[in-house]
Amino acid sequence: MRIALFVPCYIDQLKPEIGLAALDVCEAFGFEVEFPEAQTCCGQPFLNGGETRGADSLFQHFMDVFAGYDQVVALSGSCAATLRTQLSRPPRGARSETDAVRIVEFCEFLVAQDVEKSSLGQFPHRVGLHASCHALRGLRLGTPSETRESERIDPARRLLSSIAGLQLVDLARPDECCGFGGLFSVEEEAVSCRMGLDRLADHRIAGADVITSTDLSCLLQLDGLARRGDFAFRVIHIAELLAESLTNSAEDHLQPASGGSDERREKAS
Amino acid sequence: MGHIDRAREFVADAERTRWHDQALWFVRTKRDRAADQVPDWEALREQASGIKGFALGRLPALWREFEAKAAAAGTIVHWARDAAEHNEIIVRLLRERRIRHVVKSKSMLTEECGLNLHLEAQGIEIVDTDLGERIVQLRKERPSHIVMPAIHLRRGEIGTLFAKEMGSAPELDDPEELTAIARRNLRTTFLRAEAGITGVNFAIAETGGFVVVTNEGNADLGTALPKLHIACVGLEKIIPKQKDLAPFLRLLARSATGQAITTYTSHFCGPRPPSPDPQELHIIVVDNGRSQLLGRPAFREALACIRCGACLNTCPVYRRSGGHSYEATIPGPIGSVLEPSRDPAKHRELPGACTLCGSCTDICPVRIPLHQQLLAWRGELSEMGHTRRSKRFGLRLLAWLFARPMTYRWLGRSARALVRRIPAAPRDRLLNAWTRQRALPEIPKASFRELYRQRMADRRRREALHSDD
Repeated sequence: MRIALFVPCYIDQLKPEIGLAALDVCEAFGFEVEFPEAQTCCGQPFLNGGETRGADSLFQHFMDVFAGYDQVVALSGSCAATLRTQLSRPPRGARSETDAVRIVEFCEFLVAQDVEKSSLGQFPHRVGLHASCHALRGLRLGTPSETRESERIDPARRLLSSIAGLQLVDLARPDECCGFGGLFSVEEEAVSCRMGLDRLADHRIAGADVITSTDLSCLLQLDGLARRGDFAFRVIHIAELLAESLTNSAEDHLQPASGGSDERREKAS
Repeated sequence: MGHIDRAREFVADAERTRWHDQALWFVRTKRDRAADQVPDWEALREQASGIKGFALGRLPALWREFEAKAAAAGTIVHWARDAAEHNEIIVRLLRERRIRHVVKSKSMLTEECGLNLHLEAQGIEIVDTDLGERIVQLRKERPSHIVMPAIHLRRGEIGTLFAKEMGSAPELDDPEELTAIARRNLRTTFLRAEAGITGVNFAIAETGGFVVVTNEGNADLGTALPKLHIACVGLEKIIPKQKDLAPFLRLLARSATGQAITTYTSHFCGPRPPSPDPQELHIIVVDNGRSQLLGRPAFREALACIRCGACLNTCPVYRRSGGHSYEATIPGPIGSVLEPSRDPAKHRELPGACTLCGSCTDICPVRIPLHQQLLAWRGELSEMGHTRRSKRFGLRLLAWLFARPMTYRWLGRSARALVRRIPAAPRDRLLNAWTRQRALPEIPKASFRELYRQRMADRRRREALHSDD
């Protein structure tokens, strides 16, 4: 099985360390992932901004770049959700067979590979998991608080719960939006910031020291507001948290219990 | 002004915003608990959505059936193409009977048609009898919420209003006392009324009857005494069978306010018996753009809306920007889908007043894919030319550059270098919309793909060294 890593444009340009952390995590578990260098953007900003044709051309480019892979691991639930939306209604004049590519979010991929069955290291902090709306309600990674559907696994939560010493805090509003919303963050700046500040207050009341999420977009919003305001959170992407957690007890992983990583490599390939 | 400016004004009052958000969130949590009481909430939503889908597919047949059954029961059915026709029919009915005093229970349709202003201009008194509606009517405002019209006001503001309009003691802010004052005041109006206007929650084809739900009993009070009852109904409000009511009545109050059922569920089927006190019952079926929406596959499901307001209560933007910021009859997510179809230029900002969080879609009791429709509107409005030119062409150019790996890399590198070089003060002025309240992330020297190349090169070097050993 060929696995490709999709590093969304804003991670590529603004927080490359998240991509490196994701590679570290994948390597720690023995997954071979490739990074096709022709990749750019999933097209979400254009789709959400009403520029449908632009979004379609970027989606087409995405499909061309990732056509040969069995799985594309996206470092963003939001981009993955956009891609799945686009997959469900292939744009006019689509060239490649669009249903061949399976797009999964990073944590979704790790949990599908059962990584939490072995040690994920340790991260002795109180962590607030900010649910990305598009991961939750778009990809259905978890059960949205509005619905009464049967419980779904939230891969990010499952991974964090498996880390030694990590204490997940309970938020009063479990899945309230951070207020980023792409262009919304600058067009509707006042409401956007109000939403973000309220979200930070939720995390503070819950007693979080670290805020993490599957999506950098939410984190740019929360971190940007926290650094300007009266908040002392450490805000990191879940790939960084996992990578850090794994190095906190690296010795466990040099000798994985019962050859775990070899087994997993087989499962993944 | 549009939503952006009005929302900024609302948010500027941090205390009001906080309180508005919490009041609506409280209703949302009540709704969550009410949904928990129903063994299979999701199946109920599916059923309701199915009935609406079925009905929207056969509106002409259902309304023909309704008209025949209603006529047989003694109800007179009128058809109005638009708001003007709707208002004219009502004026004619009132004029013919020399009626000057009318009471009205809650109806978003008459709000949409601007009925109050129209009647007042003709010298006819019309009094809204729903407490919240009465409050906004006295303030000469429009409702800020479809279920709780005065949710934007604090108790003290209502006390001040009542002191001015009803002569109550100033600085009263006890909700029960205020309600009692309004009730006393409205009693005389009810007694004076010569006609009662109501909305319609559900029209039933099978029986020719209709259902009105209220919590205050004002629809019953307003139609019990007068000799004329006029009911106004939107074209989309019809359901096929009497038994189809059940899922909707179970969903509506729970979704709206978290009640198991509304205090009053009033069934009307024909006028009351002629003796001792005869009454006429008229129903006006209004299109006003609905059949056009029905013809647009991307948006037609919005016609399934039962006006519960759950999408408003859950919407993080609505909760923090207030209903008036939408400058529309129906605010919030459902309003942002419905209103642009009527006047795309005026309401062009509404589909963008949304982070696409999707909470509205998951809460909607009839499963309208609201956030997908809001997304679809953005594309439509752009195609129609209602999006700012700079935004449209900016995005188009950027998409073109991003679709090519070479230009994407060049653009990223240049932009990073530029932002890194400009001193903080002018940079923040340039990126004002982001940086006014938010810090920029530390802009890195190298992109991920550059670091990835390095990483792979380092690895190859290490492996080469290793094999040399």
